[in-house]
Amino acid sequence: MSGHVFHPGHSELHGITVVLETTGDVLYVGRYHEETDRGVLLHDVAEHRKETGGLPREEFIARTLKFGVRPQHQHLVVPREVVGRISKLAEW
Amino acid sequence: MPYDPRVVQPMREEMVRMGVQELKTVAEVDAALGDPRGTTLVFVNSVCGCAAGSARPGLSLALQHGNRPQRLVTVFAGVDLDAAARARQYFSDYAPSSPSLALFSDGEVVHFVHRHQIEGRGPQDIAKDLVAAFDKFCATSSV
Repeated sequence: MSGHVFHPGHSELHGITVVLETTGDVLYVGRYHEETDRGVLLHDVAEHRKETGGLPREEFIARTLKFGVRPQHQHLVVPREVVGRISKLAEW
Repeated sequence: MPYDPRVVQPMREEMVRMGVQELKTVAEVDAALGDPRGTTLVFVNSVCGCAAGSARPGLSLALQHGNRPQRLVTVFAGVDLDAAARARQYFSDYAPSSPSLALFSDGEVVHFVHRHQIEGRGPQDIAKDLVAAFDKFCATSSV
């Protein structure tokens, strides 16, 4: 962390591209907007599901780090009850 | 719908002051990027006050370094829509994001900085990474 204030007046993660790990098999990569009673609102969101037989999770994130986020959802609210860990993509 | 030109004018001027050539049309993009020789930096400008607000001064700091790309060009995402879309075709392996930077050497993308590598960082940190890339890829082709 540089200590640089990115979006004053918002949460620390506002405007930052994050990896949101759910408590299930789904992982999202998107730009954090805010957390409300409904859940976490992300913008421009890519999604990884374990069961779809695509890239392994670590490889999916590695490719996203190198080639960027290919959004499948313009906006997405991840319900609070399934939100696991949230971390910055750049620090993954 | 593109942004109001009056809003983005200061952001354009910031790039021009650095000596970066604005590409506003598809033809201008093709003229600049169609010639693969040497090193070219493409800055995808953005109205995002925070990310681009750090990226532009970060680039400005990096350009004060000895090694730098031979050509410096910029397109404005969300403003010059056709030009930005055309420029992105030259680095289509990389997902569109703005701001972002692509460094070409002899037509190949050798370094790419995504928005997620800019977010939350200050100009000094961004400049440091760019300088490292310039040292690696532009050392023998400085202007």
